Amino acid sequence: MSVLRVDDLRVTYQTKGGEVPAVRGVSFAIDKGEVLGLAGESGCGKSTIAGAILRLHSAHTKIEGTLELDGMNILELSPGKLRAARWTAASIVFQGALHALNPVQKIGDQIMEAITVHNMATDKEAAVRAGALLEQVGLPPRRIDDYPHELSGGQKQRVMIAMTLACSPSLIIADEPTTALDVMVQAQVLQLLRSLQHDLGLAMLFITHDLSVLVDVSDRLAIMYAGKIVEEGKANEVFHAPQHPYTAALAAAFPAIGDARFRHRPSGLGGDPPDPQHIPPGCPFHPRCERAIEVCPSIVPELWDAGPDRRAACVHVAGAPSLESVRS
Amino acid sequence: MKTEPAVQTPEAVGAPPVKKLTPKQLKRERRKRALGRFWKQFRHNKAGMAGLSILVFFAVVAIYSIFADKGALDPTIATGGPRLAGPSFHYPLGTQNDGISVLALVIEGSRVSLFVGLGAALISMFLGTVIGMWAGYKSNVTDAVLMRLTDVFLVLPWLALAIVLAAMFGRNFWIIILIIGLTSWAGTARLVRAQVLSVKERTYIERSRALGAADRHVVLKHIMPNLMPVIFANTILTIAIAILSESQLSFLGLGDPKSKSWGAVIEEAFREGALTLHAWWWLMAPSICIVLVVLAFTMVGFAMDEIINPRIRER
Repeated sequence: MSVLRVDDLRVTYQTKGGEVPAVRGVSFAIDKGEVLGLAGESGCGKSTIAGAILRLHSAHTKIEGTLELDGMNILELSPGKLRAARWTAASIVFQGALHALNPVQKIGDQIMEAITVHNMATDKEAAVRAGALLEQVGLPPRRIDDYPHELSGGQKQRVMIAMTLACSPSLIIADEPTTALDVMVQAQVLQLLRSLQHDLGLAMLFITHDLSVLVDVSDRLAIMYAGKIVEEGKANEVFHAPQHPYTAALAAAFPAIGDARFRHRPSGLGGDPPDPQHIPPGCPFHPRCERAIEVCPSIVPELWDAGPDRRAACVHVAGAPSLESVRS
Repeated sequence: MKTEPAVQTPEAVGAPPVKKLTPKQLKRERRKRALGRFWKQFRHNKAGMAGLSILVFFAVVAIYSIFADKGALDPTIATGGPRLAGPSFHYPLGTQNDGISVLALVIEGSRVSLFVGLGAALISMFLGTVIGMWAGYKSNVTDAVLMRLTDVFLVLPWLALAIVLAAMFGRNFWIIILIIGLTSWAGTARLVRAQVLSVKERTYIERSRALGAADRHVVLKHIMPNLMPVIFANTILTIAIAILSESQLSFLGLGDPKSKSWGAVIEEAFREGALTLHAWWWLMAPSICIVLVVLAFTMVGFAMDEIINPRIRER
């Protein structure tokens, strides 16, 4: 059974300027021991999904669809049950660990907080567990008495990871865990996340805009654009043989070192992701798409089959209905 | 920064346990060390130490005044002395028009002034913190209502209000404390609310909510500690203002006639014409005391803010 099953999830922010549909019908599932990578540009709804899984959005935000975590229907839990489920069923590695730690509390206390909030252990047992968790993420246990400012950026992110493991959740949501870290530290943190995930058999939702990172880390990949998944499949296949033009553009944005082709013709994607309040009709990607054809502005592509265990939302994929039938 | 070994070394590391401590002892131990660190830094702050010395001096004087001979203050007993005599060996600060030693008056006044200042500041801090945090953490309606209330108290001319309240409820020592406390919390509430608004948007608050923490936990464990430096420094500065306010009220003749503060001494000297009688000591002694204590509280307040606030602390 899947640890997390998301079905037709829609998240709409209510702002003064009207409703902002940030996530517009997303479905996916993550099995035990599986890593799903979620990629896309800023503002495509990645982090909104992360927040929705633990219902962290304000009460005004409209969340529709189905969110099933560990067999619980998250969207229908009472406030008390919801609080109990947070962190014990799924925990989050927040983007920017530098700000996710309270500057006036010792890191040990902050790791213990996760355990004691759920009354899982006495203070003393929690302190011992905090030390053990630090050791598990490669920090000396004596550092539980340190304040966040006494740690480096990478160490803070390790503390954050230790914290997510505190209540032994079945799912870890890594929301851009390597942003603001330099490349060496980034590699170490990724290595750590992967080995922990593997050793503990955790399910993981890995969110980032960095496709090259995702290929290394995840088993499956889902690419998001304008609040929808536009392509999904096995990580390697999606990255190396993209079916959707957007995925192709993302993948091409990472130059292969030593490959002369990239040096002479650096590629990127022009334009900006659409404003969630004014999403173009038809395929939301068509204004930026190199392969757009005349039908693109008029049909909304669904995730059609694009090979074994792969789907993409583009009229060009094999499983798409024939253009003639669309026109009629 | 830290050289001593951590007390809380988990058994997992295999380090020999130094001492078995219960969580409570552990907490006390940690608090003791934090206090030690604070004191070490405070000692190097010249202004803070100067202020603290002045405060300790006046605190000792105030405690002494509890046990001092009250007869020296009673006009029916202590009229044996010379009237309006300048400072001398027997009367270091001179005497007033009944022959009562000004030193005795000032000593008695120190207790009243300090007590009123502390009491009023505590009330003001409590009200300001609770209202400010409530307004900042809750949004929209609660915030709007509480802030308009704060605005009302902010723009009310406090002295006029205090005079009306004192006239209504009588010139009682406790009433004076309450009046000053009730009229001075608005600034603190604004300050606290502004801090809460900035703190509550930080990621660690979201993290704490994601941990499954309830509102109460978030407010007490994460927001409060971040506000402590601000609240603390603000309280100490409020004490200074409260002492000044009390002096003003007393000077206008609204103080408690039974417990004479420094302000009341000044008022009496003024009323009896100390200025025209050239009895400068009668006015100067309590005035200097007020200035010194207010200055000392301000200096300690700033020094503490500098040390406690981790963001401006020198590392």
